[in-house]
Amino acid sequence: MQALTNRKKEVERKPMTLAEKLYLPAIFKGMGITFSHLFKKNPTIKYPEEKRPFPDVFRGLHILNRDEEGRERCTACGLCAVACPAEAITMEGAERQPGEEHLYREERYAAKYEINMLRCIFCGLCEEACPKDAVYLTKTFATANYDRKGFIYKKDDLLIPNPVTDPEGYEKAKGTFSNGAEKK
Amino acid sequence: MLLQIDWFIILEKFILIAVIVTTALVVAMYSTYAERKVAAFLQDRVGPNRAGPFGLLQPLADGVKLFMKEEIIPLTSSRSLFIMGPLLAMITATMTSAVIPWGWTIDIAGRQVPLQVADVNIGILYIFGVVSLGVYGIMIGGWASNNKFSLLAAIRGASQMISYELAMGLSLIAVLMLVGDLRMSAIVNHQVANGWNVIYQPLGFFIFLVCSLAECNRTPFDLPEAENELNFGYHQEYSSMKLGFYLFAEYINMFISGVVMATLFFGGYDIPFINEAALWGAQWWVGLIGFAVLMAKSFFFIFLFMWIRWTIPRFRFDQLMNLGWKGLLPLALANMLITAVVVLLLNK
Repeated sequence: MQALTNRKKEVERKPMTLAEKLYLPAIFKGMGITFSHLFKKNPTIKYPEEKRPFPDVFRGLHILNRDEEGRERCTACGLCAVACPAEAITMEGAERQPGEEHLYREERYAAKYEINMLRCIFCGLCEEACPKDAVYLTKTFATANYDRKGFIYKKDDLLIPNPVTDPEGYEKAKGTFSNGAEKK
Repeated sequence: MLLQIDWFIILEKFILIAVIVTTALVVAMYSTYAERKVAAFLQDRVGPNRAGPFGLLQPLADGVKLFMKEEIIPLTSSRSLFIMGPLLAMITATMTSAVIPWGWTIDIAGRQVPLQVADVNIGILYIFGVVSLGVYGIMIGGWASNNKFSLLAAIRGASQMISYELAMGLSLIAVLMLVGDLRMSAIVNHQVANGWNVIYQPLGFFIFLVCSLAECNRTPFDLPEAENELNFGYHQEYSSMKLGFYLFAEYINMFISGVVMATLFFGGYDIPFINEAALWGAQWWVGLIGFAVLMAKSFFFIFLFMWIRWTIPRFRFDQLMNLGWKGLLPLALANMLITAVVVLLLNK
């Protein structure tokens, strides 16, 4: 019969030679190999202390962006929710009242904005859909919680720190995601 | 006069025993850590590094964990035997250290204090006897568990011990013919004067090494606890500190067999090419240096055991028996005969 591939290898069934029966040469060879591994550098990354650098396009947890004056950019238009293939995003819009101009950038804002991180598949389509530069995927990724409810992230969990009151936190959070516009 | 007891000797021996047993326990404790570290390094990993600096507190954490675990004694087991198993393993493991000379005789306030608990004139026989008692821990534990895997492991352990003890004993007889004495201290002194036994008995040493691997149930002869065939072997039904005792006894055995090998074949506490007694005399620190040297030698053997464990796969049982009866036993016999002839011819 013709072999399907040329990678076929006959199994050797010869009786063992004396050197093989003694086991010793093979054992010494093996021990030499393992000993050489004592001096090899190990590839371990000691995780909480050391972190692997992520590429700029890494898609982790979401963040809700603010503008330079600390106003929320989201207008609750719902495009992200529509774009989301996992249906992880829900929101409720509300109208900005007079005197709230320093809080919300436009007349409409999201009174409620929730992302279910257990449903989210981190595809980044919400980021692409957003016309207001409001939602971004950051490089933060490790989430832990005691129950499922904790994985439904509310606005408080998602909003970026205010650049006016907390410029340091804002800059730090800003570093975890890449703004496509800045790149261009 | 007969009942006049030298209280200092009792005190001295008492301290010595305490120190030696503590040392053995600490070494065994840190052998578990070393085992994991060596395994990790040989496999390009990091090993335990969370508890304390470099994970040095890991053995303590393991010990606390074992103590806190729930203790389960199976209803169908023979209760008293079940409890006796790990105890026997532990007791026999620590008993061996009694006849080993740990260092040079030291001089404390005009008293000659030998660093040896008991210099009995059947030293090596004593070690042999106690080591073979060690298999009772395995056998009783495996039998009392009333579990077929444990029983299989116990049977394996027993037959393995019997077959390897023979070759081990025969390789030792060659050493005894060279030395002409069964006392451990005499064996060391002979080596100090005439060079290490390993030079005259390389084959004997090799057989002894292989057999002690088998006696300690270390890979490639760890058939009694073959994880992937027998689940855990003879200590499958054990939990909490009883399991801990079994594992601990294994490491103490390893340490002791390292010390025995160093004593019998590598000059014990002797530093090669240096005549300690002529250079420094019987100072107390010379004794300590001897002790440190012996420890270093035994640590090397512990490392060797670990190195072998993480290199070589386990033997099949028929291969094990073949090697023991058809390989090592004739080899040890031949070694003994040749040694006997040579000793006879040279002593004429």
